[in-house]
Amino acid sequence: MVNYLFDGTYQGLLTAVFESFERKNFDVQISEKDNYISSFFEEELEVASDPAKANRVMKGLKQKLKSEQLKQLYWVFLSEDAKARNVLFYMMQEVFRKNANIFENFGDERVLYFHQMYTKVRRERHRMQAFIRFEKSNDGTFYCMIDPDFNVLPLIASFFKKRYADQAWLIYDVKRKYGLMYNLSQIEEVNLLPQNSNSTEIMTSSIDIDDREIHFQTLWKQYFKSTNIEARKNMKLHLQHVPRRYWKYLTEKQG
Amino acid sequence: MMDRIQEKLMILADAAKYDVSCSSSGSKRKNEGGIGDASTSGICHTYTEDGRCVSLLKILLTNHCIYDCAFCVSRKSNDVKRAAFTVDEVVDLTMNFYRRNYIEGLFLSSGIFKNADYTMERLMRIAKKLRVDERYNGYIHLKTIPGASEELIREAGLYVDRMSINLEMPTEAGLKLVAPEKDHDSVRKPLAFVQNQILEIKSESKLIKKKPLFVPAGQSTQMVIGATPETDFEIMNVANDFYQNYNLKRVYYSGYIPINNDNKFLPQIGSQPPLIRENRLYQTDWLLRFYDFKIDEILNPSFTNLDMDIDPKLGWALRNPQFFPVDINTASYQEIIRIPGVGRGSAMKIIKSRQFGKLHEYQVRKMGISFNRAKFFMTCIDTPFSLGNPSSLMIKKQILRHSKSKYQSKVPENQLSLF
Repeated sequence: MVNYLFDGTYQGLLTAVFESFERKNFDVQISEKDNYISSFFEEELEVASDPAKANRVMKGLKQKLKSEQLKQLYWVFLSEDAKARNVLFYMMQEVFRKNANIFENFGDERVLYFHQMYTKVRRERHRMQAFIRFEKSNDGTFYCMIDPDFNVLPLIASFFKKRYADQAWLIYDVKRKYGLMYNLSQIEEVNLLPQNSNSTEIMTSSIDIDDREIHFQTLWKQYFKSTNIEARKNMKLHLQHVPRRYWKYLTEKQG
Repeated sequence: MMDRIQEKLMILADAAKYDVSCSSSGSKRKNEGGIGDASTSGICHTYTEDGRCVSLLKILLTNHCIYDCAFCVSRKSNDVKRAAFTVDEVVDLTMNFYRRNYIEGLFLSSGIFKNADYTMERLMRIAKKLRVDERYNGYIHLKTIPGASEELIREAGLYVDRMSINLEMPTEAGLKLVAPEKDHDSVRKPLAFVQNQILEIKSESKLIKKKPLFVPAGQSTQMVIGATPETDFEIMNVANDFYQNYNLKRVYYSGYIPINNDNKFLPQIGSQPPLIRENRLYQTDWLLRFYDFKIDEILNPSFTNLDMDIDPKLGWALRNPQFFPVDINTASYQEIIRIPGVGRGSAMKIIKSRQFGKLHEYQVRKMGISFNRAKFFMTCIDTPFSLGNPSSLMIKKQILRHSKSKYQSKVPENQLSLF
């Protein structure tokens, strides 16, 4: 077995797949360089991201896979999950070595893991589409902060752009310290905080909210309360749909 | 202090909440130079403590009503606070909730004030104002008011995504018991009218380039369950009739929640809403629409009420042991989805995986099936051969012993007493 070390980017992963065929390494363990603990007994290879090599792999994948499957590979990559990366590596190798049908082999534990992880990423993306609560600032921008389980911000950008086309908005991932800002024409990536700061207070304290913001928050909380049917109370089901870790987003769950 | 809008919202959301539909799916309305669009699969933005999805701002325009239906909280003779929104108030609330990503859209219903046309006209005006003035393309679900003129209904249909009219009680006889002024014909007529309009526009639009959207998410209806003495067989036959003849997108079943003790025909305050029965009806509804079951396989004159302790697919399987066990390595998709505990997604996984070799139990277990139930009804390549099959009764006992049904402790007391 060979240990491949890559830079943690999708391009790096694709480059690593390229290298593995170049070197005929078909038993590979892939890890992110920064999180890797070296072992004396195993062979190591440090892979440097190479756009040309990555593009060749991407081109090959495009030929062999449906666009839906190509999308799934990228979404699973955004899970940032170590095992998922190895599964991705394995599946890409299989696509080139055998055939694209590998996606349908649910009897293979790794393929099943891939699909399960895809489902999790898709669910998290959906939750962000559902649970984001914008607050309006007095300059008219609608903003909110998130810290999703997976790096799904790139996956929700076009959804919010299409839907809220006539309002400026900012969605900021506090865990990954970057955000996306829409200025009525395009989306730009923003980094508001120094990389090593954990405080979001700097940001929130500098935003003045719109005069009617609190009013609508109050109305929304009222609606949430009034539309509940007490005789049907079912907290287990409630928690299943809205796990506690999401409550911090939700206006209606604040006091 | 509560301001007037908040008080109205409290009253009119409370009065609207017994309408269970909160679906925001089925529309593909795009954002064309304004705000909002419809997500095909719908989005639930939050869930109340009763576990129900909140997708739409569901309110009544007013809870003033000229009718006196015994089951309805807004009936004329009920002593409740009354309120009414203005058109502008509803538009302002909807837009501000929508812009903050609280909701997918608006579900607007109303008590009948003055007459049907007057009420329908107000509802239509709100939908129109949202679409035209606010350039809003999010979801709108509007109640069709029975008795409203066809012109008004047609115009409303051009602005909304879904329309619905509630049957209220599953049968005409049941309805007469609690709402003598109402009948099912006044529901059928407008449902049929909207359905015909949808079809008409669909056939026209083959000829024209840009087709107008007309109720793109279709129609739905709702029946109250457990208020009047219909059997599950009767209820599902009514549902089936409406699915087939009016091409409804959904039929909703709403367990009756007692709101007063005035009517001796209705369950009194304090009696539990029939939540399990409601669940079983939805399961049956799903079997009919997505699992290719025919209604008389599940309910028929000699079997008129669903089992409360087990789901309807399991019930059917236990009554029809001749179809089992199913060999998942050779059976068709249609046969596999009939195995209790196996859903459509898992069935698809099984079918696709078979090309790579015969499937073993350890593989199938992980594919998201409820193995506890399914194991009695299927065989894998490594399932040991057994002489004779256990009886249905034995299987049911074993399944109930090993499953942790969310209903287990509740079944005997509050459900069967109804019949």
